[in-house]
Amino acid sequence: MIQLESVEKVYRTSKIETVALTNVNLSVRGGEFISIMGPSGSGKSTLLNVIGLLDVPSGGKVSINGQPVTSYSDRHLAQVRNEAIGFIFQTFHLINDLSVVDNVEIPLLYRRKLSGSERRKLALRALDRVGLHARVHHFPSQLSGGQQQRVAIARAIAGNPRILLADEPTGNLDSQMGDEIMEVLKRLNEDEGTTIVMVTHDPRLSGQTERIVRLFDGRQVN
Amino acid sequence: MLKNYIKIAFKVFLRRKFFTFISLFAISFTLVVLMVAVAFLDHTFGKQPPENKQDRTLCVFHMVMKTPDGGGTWSSGGGYKFFDRYARNLNGVEKMSLCTETEPVFSYHNGEKIQSYLKRTDGEFWQILEFTFLEGAPFTSDDEKNVNFVAVINDATRKKFFGDESAAGKTIEADGQRFRVVGVVANVPYLRRTPFADIWVPISTMKTNNYRGELMGNFNALFLARSRSDFLAIKDEFQVRLKQVEFPDPREWNQMYGVAETYFENTSRSAFGRQENYQSQNAKFLAALIGAMILFMLLPTINLININVSRIMERASEIGVRKAFGASSWTLVWQFVVENVLLTLIGGAIGFALSRFVLQAITKSGFFPYAEFHLNYRVFLYGLALAIFFGLMSGVYPAWKMSRLHPVQALKG
Ligand SMILES: Nc1ncnc2c1ncn2[C@@H]1O[C@H](COP(=O)(O)OP(=O)(O)OP(=O)(O)O)[C@@H](O)[C@H]1O
Ligand SMILES: [Mg+2]
Repeated sequence: MIQLESVEKVYRTSKIETVALTNVNLSVRGGEFISIMGPSGSGKSTLLNVIGLLDVPSGGKVSINGQPVTSYSDRHLAQVRNEAIGFIFQTFHLINDLSVVDNVEIPLLYRRKLSGSERRKLALRALDRVGLHARVHHFPSQLSGGQQQRVAIARAIAGNPRILLADEPTGNLDSQMGDEIMEVLKRLNEDEGTTIVMVTHDPRLSGQTERIVRLFDGRQVN
Repeated sequence: MLKNYIKIAFKVFLRRKFFTFISLFAISFTLVVLMVAVAFLDHTFGKQPPENKQDRTLCVFHMVMKTPDGGGTWSSGGGYKFFDRYARNLNGVEKMSLCTETEPVFSYHNGEKIQSYLKRTDGEFWQILEFTFLEGAPFTSDDEKNVNFVAVINDATRKKFFGDESAAGKTIEADGQRFRVVGVVANVPYLRRTPFADIWVPISTMKTNNYRGELMGNFNALFLARSRSDFLAIKDEFQVRLKQVEFPDPREWNQMYGVAETYFENTSRSAFGRQENYQSQNAKFLAALIGAMILFMLLPTINLININVSRIMERASEIGVRKAFGASSWTLVWQFVVENVLLTLIGGAIGFALSRFVLQAITKSGFFPYAEFHLNYRVFLYGLALAIFFGLMSGVYPAWKMSRLHPVQALKG
């Protein structure tokens, strides 16, 4: 499903050069739930962004469903992200000006074929799947952190992507809310076969995943 | 898709009330000022009754007389003798009229003191200008020749003297003289310099005959050209006539200057030219007017660009999220441009309603006597087009900057 071959990422500014990833080889099978661990600054987020086609590696090859995406244009990458990938962030990144259901509809806006009522239906179903059907017309600021993260998950799964990428999804939540979010992710993985890659610092959570990828200083350590 | 952008835009507007208010205020306020300025210009210079033949009419508003060394300058209206003797029968002129500049006079009526503006003129005046007569008819060249004490008054003056009754045939007193009213005309706005007055009487009713010997005085001349194409020839011949003036004492005054021009040309020249330099300053004046308008519209644009750019950081997270979930840079540019144009259009609609209201209020206030300010629809469309153009500008640049934001960077904050 996802294939990384000798991926490198170097950040260059006029003064310094930071190597964020060195020779990363990773293969994620469809339906897998894996976690990425490592100390702060070891390149976890960078790796996730490369997998999610948000960031272009400085070297190496990235393939999604067997298709190398290295030469794709901005527009084409956007389309692949839209159809295949859902993102969940540590700080939720909900748009405060929009209601819960409008937030969840965002990925669907960039699909040409959907009508307004179809979008609404898909968004409501996604909210249902995360157990938030009662709060659809609230604004993000009116929800608890755990609820906000569940809205963010609903947004990530609204378009039924095959891959979910989560960067420390429980990082800003207490352990009880964190467990709730973990339950939602596990259910998505088990019931619907969604492939999930999750960055976490929490061994309790990574222990529940099928495989752990460990990074140190931008290198895989296994 | 467009429908969606519009929907989202409205949601954003409603959530960001302060920003929306500031933007709408800037746009509509700019349009209102623009519309009032244009209405003012149109009211002062545009073609409207009684100056229906404005585009064939030239006037001499102002004359200058100089001493031999050029050091002494006498600057005022022209004298009756000068116009009568040197300015008649110019080639291409169909009719010529002389009139004094309007001056305030007082009347005593039933123990009340009434102030009016009085103009003395001739019979041709009423042929060059097409006043709307509510009663009677104008006085004629014969009235002027025979020193008949007759008057044409405007509607407002009739009200002051006679209430709702008719005035024709009745007598009014003005500046200590008594006149028989022969006609009543509709009010002419104060800002229309050539036709404006409350009471018009023949020149010959002047209290003394001194005016007949004067080169300089308080007279204006009106020339009705056969066609606009004669303007240049008329202006040139008028300059030739100036050289022919015989001065009573050439050691005292020996040069005269003046120009036959439209009121707009006169205004440009007083803004940019010099009294003795009779080159047209229209281009400069127009450029200044248009420049001022564009500058004036640029200010809110820059302001909006500023607000929008500073909002980029505020909306970075939104941009990151949209990009992550599949919006291409172009899609985002579109979204923000639609937001701005929509805001501009709403501002335009408010500006339109407000302009009408303000113009009506100015008309009603009576601050400019007999003025009627109208919304100029054509100019409003230009203004709106400009506003949309600036709306695009104020949207495109920030949108472009936004779309350049790297999603990873945008999501970091
Ligand atoms: N835009 C950038 N410019 C320069 N260096 C960067 C940039 N983004 C990340 N880095 C560097 O790349 C390395 C990896 O960063 P990354 O954010 O992937 O770490 P991380 O493992 O996610 O850390 P954390 O657990 O704190 O989130 C770090 O040394 C970081 O300083
Ligand atoms: Mg990180």
